[in-house]
Amino acid sequence: MTVRSKLGLSKNKIAKARGLAREVTGPVQDFINTHTTVTIERATLRLLGADGANSDGVPVPNLAAEHCKETLSGGAAKYYINALEKLSKSPDELNKEIAAGLDISKIEFTDEERIHRKAAALIAGLDKRIAANVAHRDRKLKEGADKLKSPLIYVIVATGNIHEDVKQARAAAGQGADIIAVIRTTGQSLLDYVPYGATTEGFGGTYATQENFRIMRAALDEAGAKEKRYIRLVNYCSGLCMPEIAAMGAMERLDMMLNDSMYGILFRDINMYRTFTDQFFSRMINTAADIIINTGEDNYLTTSDAIEKAHTVLASQLINEQFAKSAGMPERLMGLGHAFEINPDTKNGFLYEYAQALMAREIFPNHPLKYMPPTKFMTGNIFKGYAMNTLFNFISKATNQSIALLGMLTEAIHTPYLQDRALAIENAVYVHNNLADFFSEVEFKKNGIMVKRAKAVLDETILMLADVRKRDLFEAIETGMFADIKRPRNGGKGFDGVFEKTKDYYNPVEEYLKKKLNIVKRKA
Amino acid sequence: MFIKPYGDTLDDGAVQLSFTLPIPCGGKAKEAAKLYVQKLGFKRAEIVHASALSDDFTFFVAYGKTDVSLDYDKVEYAEAVDKFMSMDEINAFIKTTFKRKIVVVGACTGSDAHTVGIDAIMNMKGYNHHFGLERYPMIEAFNLGSQVPNDKLLEYAKTVKADAILISQIVTQKDVHIKNLTEFIELAEAEKLRDKFIVVVGGPRVNNKTARELGYDAGFGTGTYAEHVATFVVKKLRERLAA
Repeated sequence: MTVRSKLGLSKNKIAKARGLAREVTGPVQDFINTHTTVTIERATLRLLGADGANSDGVPVPNLAAEHCKETLSGGAAKYYINALEKLSKSPDELNKEIAAGLDISKIEFTDEERIHRKAAALIAGLDKRIAANVAHRDRKLKEGADKLKSPLIYVIVATGNIHEDVKQARAAAGQGADIIAVIRTTGQSLLDYVPYGATTEGFGGTYATQENFRIMRAALDEAGAKEKRYIRLVNYCSGLCMPEIAAMGAMERLDMMLNDSMYGILFRDINMYRTFTDQFFSRMINTAADIIINTGEDNYLTTSDAIEKAHTVLASQLINEQFAKSAGMPERLMGLGHAFEINPDTKNGFLYEYAQALMAREIFPNHPLKYMPPTKFMTGNIFKGYAMNTLFNFISKATNQSIALLGMLTEAIHTPYLQDRALAIENAVYVHNNLADFFSEVEFKKNGIMVKRAKAVLDETILMLADVRKRDLFEAIETGMFADIKRPRNGGKGFDGVFEKTKDYYNPVEEYLKKKLNIVKRKA
Repeated sequence: MFIKPYGDTLDDGAVQLSFTLPIPCGGKAKEAAKLYVQKLGFKRAEIVHASALSDDFTFFVAYGKTDVSLDYDKVEYAEAVDKFMSMDEINAFIKTTFKRKIVVVGACTGSDAHTVGIDAIMNMKGYNHHFGLERYPMIEAFNLGSQVPNDKLLEYAKTVKADAILISQIVTQKDVHIKNLTEFIELAEAEKLRDKFIVVVGGPRVNNKTARELGYDAGFGTGTYAEHVATFVVKKLRERLAA
């Protein structure tokens, strides 16, 4: 899709910014290609069938990875597959044995041929499961195509209890929500395991577990059948278990995943090598399962000023795009993020927000852009907050955003009440309907405030990316070029879980994904 | 002085309410909502809006008038500081009073991952055109970020010889912040460090009164800027110096 630029952005400059982002991510991709992590190995095991937990709640994938500890750099898959073969067990049976204490690294190896044959059979099963999920989603989306809204209305549930979440999600679907995100409990991103089973306790959100995914999926399918449109489910593919969450989402038919290439580094102090390596594997899984990723550029503006640091958002969007491309992801799955976070007291603040959102639309015409509402300047004044959300909804529609995460009038007070969400949806539906054809009706003054603003942000982005390229991305993060946050390359959480792959590294899931997504190592 | 809510006439007791009941929408629901508002003690209750949130839930907007009044003179509450200084005044105050930089360590503690509060107070840029403590020439500010365990924070404060510790708590679901805040004070007391630092807590569900009850020197709620916190810290430090 080519759109004539209303902002008069230079095609050459956009291409230049893109080229710089590609050069910035290149050296990082070289590192990624030669490394694996403990959670990539666990994700691999999960996709081959590892599941369950022992009586202390330690997940089977963690137990198995722990057994292979010394040799994880060669890949954990061969141990798991070998155990299945040698003990003639199904994954379910083997998982029970591992949970009971079986050490899969102690089992003598059968011949490679058998392991490869077994791997091929397991991969075929995995491929079938993922393909069935994709086909089901496509069919349901087609059936409800006439009811699809633009932008799609995205709301969150965050009660901490998956069963309460279900009630809230059902109600939201009835009110008009297209997308339900189950917010994770605070702190889960720093757990180096994924909890097992249904959960009813959480703070500011609900644990992401495979069982919770299943429960919500079933509830939304039911709600979708009632509403005669497909309701999408979102969770968080981030933190120390990014690839494992991707694996669970691919198997349980999640539709979108929060999945940023740098968010964990900057905002959760996760080691940069770990995050970069993990995001690649998780994005391959998301792509294979046709899951739209949501990147987290909104976060930059909660720690930095939205006007001064607008270019860091665009720079990050371009970097996220390049990392996603390297993982074989098509543009239609790249839900790049941005947000409405300018201080509401700013004169002409609305015009700056408008320019930024439209600029993103024009630079990323084929991407399902995700636009996020005001949070930083939301106060306990719910009435003012509701007015700000109305302006946010205006820009969402006026700039043709794809996904609108609705603002709650009680943002900064509590996780949304049932009525908060309903009021937010009512506001959005009202604004979106009244502005239905606004996007195509409006053009902007040449050299007006908005045109100049967008141009300035693009120029600044080019300067910033050139600077990042000069230093390299690792050093740029070390020196605080993103979100004003400095992270040392060898610091942060999870660094001890990064391994250089051995020459005989074996991972049939990775081979499958790379083949399916047609990923060829690009030249540095 | 006895006070009542004001709508358009003094002492009319007018209150605006909105809430959800777990019942299907309809005439009976509106009647139930009205009775419920009356049960809350409102004399004249009016349901001005009712809409279905789903088959099982209805949202209401209601107005009521109350006879309940309050003796304002008997309300006890003291702000942490009466009069705030500006950034420049604070720096001058530190220079002349302590003749050295003061050290402030801040963190969003426990499982809380929301740095927006601590960033607003500490980051160079500050919030809403109020510079943060990192910008203060006479304050050495260390922002440890989010999800900092209580023991790590205490350890860090000890290492850098902090004068004051700032704790931010945004997530308050199921009172998790109370548990976490209490744990910090208990830890500090157990290590006999409580008196070594001025300890201040901030967050949307915090005020000076609750903070004092939990064993903190002061508490700050929404609308707080760096200069508010800094004024309290430097004045309290001088008090301690004099003691």
